[in-house]
Amino acid sequence: MQHTIEELEELARKCRIEIVKMVYRAQAGHPGGSLSEIDLLAGLYGTTMRVRPDQPDWEDRDRFILSKGHASPGMYALLAERGFISHEDLTTYRVLGGVCQGHVDMKWCPGVDFSAGSLGMGLSYGMGCAIAAKLDGSERRAFVMLGDGEIQEGSVWEAAMAAAHHELGNLKVILDRNRIQNDDFCETQMRMFDIPAKWRAFGWNVKEIDGHDMNDVVDGMNFLSETNDGPSILIAHTVKGKGVSFMEDNPAFHGAAPNDEQYAQALTELGVSV
Amino acid sequence: MAATRDGYGQALLELAENEKVVVLEADLGKSTKSLHFRKAYPERTISCGIGEQNMLLVAAGMASSGYIPFASTFAIFTERAFEQMRNGVARPKLAVHLCGSHGGTHTGTDGSSAQSIEDLAIYRTLPNVTVMHPSDEVSTRILTKRLAASPNPSYMRTARNKTPVLYDDVPEDSIQIGKGIELKNGNDVAIVACGVLVSEALKAAKMLAEEGISATVVDMHTIKPLDTILIDNIAKRCGCIVTAEDHSIIGGLGGAVAEHLSMTSSTPLERVGVKDRFGESGQSDEMLELMELSAPHIANAARRAIQRK
Repeated sequence: MQHTIEELEELARKCRIEIVKMVYRAQAGHPGGSLSEIDLLAGLYGTTMRVRPDQPDWEDRDRFILSKGHASPGMYALLAERGFISHEDLTTYRVLGGVCQGHVDMKWCPGVDFSAGSLGMGLSYGMGCAIAAKLDGSERRAFVMLGDGEIQEGSVWEAAMAAAHHELGNLKVILDRNRIQNDDFCETQMRMFDIPAKWRAFGWNVKEIDGHDMNDVVDGMNFLSETNDGPSILIAHTVKGKGVSFMEDNPAFHGAAPNDEQYAQALTELGVSV
Repeated sequence: MAATRDGYGQALLELAENEKVVVLEADLGKSTKSLHFRKAYPERTISCGIGEQNMLLVAAGMASSGYIPFASTFAIFTERAFEQMRNGVARPKLAVHLCGSHGGTHTGTDGSSAQSIEDLAIYRTLPNVTVMHPSDEVSTRILTKRLAASPNPSYMRTARNKTPVLYDDVPEDSIQIGKGIELKNGNDVAIVACGVLVSEALKAAKMLAEEGISATVVDMHTIKPLDTILIDNIAKRCGCIVTAEDHSIIGGLGGAVAEHLSMTSSTPLERVGVKDRFGESGQSDEMLELMELSAPHIANAARRAIQRK
C-alpha cells in the first residue's frame, strides 16, 4: 500500500495526537522521543514494512524493533492507526493488565517484535532476526530504531561490529538523532562526536536525513530498502517533542506528562479543536 | 575421567541433524567445546567475537525466528550479559540455551577472575529459566540434548577439568531435566550435590560407611526447577540433609534446598560450598581442599547434620 506524502504526514499527525493523549491519561511516559520518532515510523510503515495487521505473527514479515522502548506511545499510536491494535487499546497505556505496557513488550502487544525497555539491546536482537532470515533464505528484513542517547551503551557497538562482519544486508537501522536524553542534552551528558563517521568506520552504509521532512523520510526508507551490501543506517536529524511547541527541544519532556493546560495547548497545536 | 564440557560439545554434534539448531560463540569455542559443531557446520555457527552481551541477544532474535540457539562462553563471562539474559531472553521466554563452561573454583589455575561461584545463584532468580550443573560427561551430553526440546531458556554450567564418569551405560531415559538422581540409598543422612562435587559426595559416603553411617547421595543436576518431591522424600527417610556445590553457599543448590525445607520441614541442613569469599590460583584438587569442598569436608558436614537430628 503506497501513500502520498500528505497521507504520511496526516498519519504522523494523528499519531502525535494519540501520543499526547496517552501520556496525558497515564500522567507518565515519554512524549519527547515518541514525537521525534513518529514521522520516521509513519514513513517506515507507510512505505516499506512488509507486515500484515490481521496476521501480526506472520512468519515472513519484516521485523521492527523499537530499541528505544520507552518511546512506546509512538509505536502504539502507529500500531493503532495501522490496525494491529484498536484505539481502545491505547487507553490501556501503563494501566494494569493493558496491551500497551510502559515499554513495548512482544508478549503483550500484537505487532511488537521485541520486548524493549533496557537500552542497547535492540540492535543485537535485530541482528539475530536478520541472521535467521538469511538462514531461512527469506527476503524479510529487520529494522531497528535506536535513540541517539542509546548508542552510548557499549553493547550497541558490539552489535555494530558484528553485523558488518556478518555482512547483514537485511539489517537496517534508523537512528533518531533528537539530541536529548533523560537528564539533559546529549552534548552535555556524553559527547558523541562524529556519529556518521563512527558507523562508517564500523563498516556500515550511512545516510543522513531530516527526520521531519516526509520527502526526506521516504528517500531514507528507499535508501534502506535498496542498500543490501551490508548493514545500513539512516541517521535522522529530529527535534525531541516535535509538533508540540513547549515540548520541542526541551529535556524536561523526555519523560514527563503535560498538565491540563499544557494538554489543551498541545491538542490545539496538533489541530484538534478542544 | 572426562570433562563435562566435552559432553556439551558432543551433544551439539548429535543435535546437528535438527537444522534449527544453531551455535553462537564469543571466541571461546575451543574451550567450551562448541568448536566441533563449528567445524562441521560453519554456516550454522555465529561468531560474535568477544562480545557476550551481543551474543545473548543475537541468540534471542534467532530463537524468536524459530531457531534453537546454543550460546556458550566461560561461566564468568556469561555474567556480564546477565541483564540481556534477564530482559531479552527470560522475560520474553525465548528458548536460548546458555552454557557457561569453566565454572567454579575447580577451574583452577586461571585464578579468581575466572572462577564463577555465583552463576547458579543469579540465573536461578530469573523466571522461566532452567538452571543445571551436570556432574559428568555422559549426563551433560544427555541433558544438553534434552534442552533442544525445551520451551524454556536455560543456563547450564560445565566444568573445565576432568571428573569421574558416573553414568557409563545408563539408559538415556534415566536422566531427565528436573529429576534428581539417587546414586546411593542410605538412611542416616542425605547428601545432595551437583556438578563436580557429586563424585566427592560419593567418596564422602564411602568414608561415612566405614563408620557405619549409611548415606543417600543425590545428583541434583537441575537446580531449577528443583526436584522438591525427591528432597521431601530423602528428608523424611534420612532426617537430615547436606548440600554440596562448587559455588557460593549463598543462593545456589544449598540456597534452593534451604528455601524449600524452610517451608516444608525442620530437617537439619548443612551446606557445603564456597564460604562467601573469592578463590585464587591452584590445581582443581587444591582448590576443593582450600575451599573445604572435598570429600572429607562433605563427610564432616554429614556428621554435623546427623548430630543436629
